[in-house]
Amino acid sequence: MSEERTLTLGGAIHEALHQEMERDSTVIIMGEDIVGGAGSDEPGAEDSWGGPMGITRGLVGKFGRERVRDTPISEAGFIGAAIGAAVTGLRPVAALMFVDFFGIPMDQIYNQGAKLRYMFGGKAKVPVVIRALIGAGVNAAAQHSQTLYSIFTHIPGLKVAVPSTPYDAKGLMCAAIRDDDPVFFLEHKTLLGQKGHVPEEPYIVPLGQALVRREGSDVTVVAIAKMVEVALAAAEELAAEGVNVEVVDPRTLSPLDTRTILESVEKTGRLIIVDEDTPRCSLATDIAALAADEAFYSLEAPIKRVTAPHTPVPFSPTLEAAYIPSKAQVAATIREVMSA
Amino acid sequence: MPRPSKELMLQMYRKMMEIRQFEEAASELYQRGELPGFLHLYIGEEATAVGVCSNLNDDDYITSTHRGHGHFIAKGGKRDRMMAELFAKTTGYCKGKGGSMHIADVSLGILGANGVVGAGIPMANGAALSAKMQGTKKVAVAFFGDGATNQGVFHESLNLAAVWELPEILVCENNQYGMGTPQREHQKVTDISIRAESYGMPGIRVDGNNIFEVYDATYEAVERARNGGGPTLIDCNTYRFRGHHIGDPGTSYRDRTEVEEWQKRDPIAYLKKVLVEEESVAETDLEAIDQELRDDLEAAIDFARSSPSPRPEDALEDLYAGGIRP
Repeated sequence: MSEERTLTLGGAIHEALHQEMERDSTVIIMGEDIVGGAGSDEPGAEDSWGGPMGITRGLVGKFGRERVRDTPISEAGFIGAAIGAAVTGLRPVAALMFVDFFGIPMDQIYNQGAKLRYMFGGKAKVPVVIRALIGAGVNAAAQHSQTLYSIFTHIPGLKVAVPSTPYDAKGLMCAAIRDDDPVFFLEHKTLLGQKGHVPEEPYIVPLGQALVRREGSDVTVVAIAKMVEVALAAAEELAAEGVNVEVVDPRTLSPLDTRTILESVEKTGRLIIVDEDTPRCSLATDIAALAADEAFYSLEAPIKRVTAPHTPVPFSPTLEAAYIPSKAQVAATIREVMSA
Repeated sequence: MPRPSKELMLQMYRKMMEIRQFEEAASELYQRGELPGFLHLYIGEEATAVGVCSNLNDDDYITSTHRGHGHFIAKGGKRDRMMAELFAKTTGYCKGKGGSMHIADVSLGILGANGVVGAGIPMANGAALSAKMQGTKKVAVAFFGDGATNQGVFHESLNLAAVWELPEILVCENNQYGMGTPQREHQKVTDISIRAESYGMPGIRVDGNNIFEVYDATYEAVERARNGGGPTLIDCNTYRFRGHHIGDPGTSYRDRTEVEEWQKRDPIAYLKKVLVEEESVAETDLEAIDQELRDDLEAAIDFARSSPSPRPEDALEDLYAGGIRP
């Protein structure tokens, strides 16, 4: 029965926000245009935008303007306010809109929110969620298309969630809101319309637990966010050639479930990381180093990274398609490590 | 405006003296090599912290600055655990993980000193939002200097505080210098309170060395904030008697006569004069208070000095909630 219930990934996030706001009156949401200039203050009034992707549409009618707050275009101001509110008893979910805008509030994120608990000797909690859209694929050009999750993963004190399915999006959002640490929740814009099974009741996907999306014995492919479906498609192609590909989806990048990744590498003896981010100081590079450090003697082939090039995201559809790691690249890399 | 009672004035005197003594002792201990890190002394600005915080309840919120010891004591921080934090000991307010620039106690409503100029202001907005949404009648105070009023977050936060009608008091400690740069070289305005108008909130300028002016302006602002009237910007005109930090004598960019003129306006000496001349308090009674506080401070220093240092492995604790280690 509930197996048949499907939602889009965006709908799953909406449902998580809705249910968590119902469950806990301290949960509030804020951001630029998350209501979007509703024309009326009457209860049940329709909002107009509901965020740039419409994910929060309808929440103001249910929860009112105190708990669903449009903000000025002042990212440092309202992200800082969300952090201050988190330290003093609320559980704010702040929407940064595109992750590319992180530079504006970054001091509040990495010098304040991420560090308060530690600097205060553990005597503060900062239960804030910062939502942001990531990813290329919609010709949004260099300032609206990056993934950048490596930057937040680099900062001690932050947690980072990168759902690749509607099921995980809901469970990770519920977990993020209930978590007492600051969590970056990154939504790949090309996955928002993807449909999948989502149970109606609230549930948690724990932060820090990877999932083996496809079991295999020949090669481990660790893939992040949108790259999970690319890796799965490549795995299908290779199955026809008799290669058994295991696909691991970290789901959260901080904390990173290193055990699941290492166990898979120890089993298969080969590792490829598929990452839409740029390659320097990236998750792909970090996971490669992890395997080199801790699973070196299990390796039967060089570790390979399939990533975007070290450039901004280009606007031209032709160039952008070349920028994003493709199924063909992943498949070719699997063949390469299998012949090593 | 009710004039503060004699009892309240004496309380304010004690607080100011607690701060002055703490700062002088910290300065000496630092120079003797007993304290690691940086130290930004508040000496000369005591009337601001105490005048403001005398209007606050224990559960109101403040955000502070790199020059934060005065705010911390005025809001109820105890000098023994503060001193222990400066000594980087486990008995310090932050278990030795924060130090002078990050000293905090959320249970006292003190959301931290801050190493980044202006960075506490948006967080004070958040605390005020919590207070407003939870219907607690608490208020939040953001302390910052004149230098911070050129930061983007100052302007963003004033706008947000006004548009959300937050119960907040924005207190500029205008000590005339951003590090060594005089105000005339970093902003065109002298009276920072005029910036309030452009964000749709009241602004007022007071003599920051006159605790009565600071107290009165804050009294009115706190009343307004608690009663749903939104935020107020207060510009307190004051002066840093010492340099920017302890390694800066503050003499290379300031005229000696300027410093001397301000020292004549010592905020503690002024309150003392009022107490003696207008409230008939005996000078010997004030000296007895000074002595009592000195003894208390000596005990605080002994406590800090004899407290244990953290173990190296403690570095991995306190990062995430629930005991998760990196």
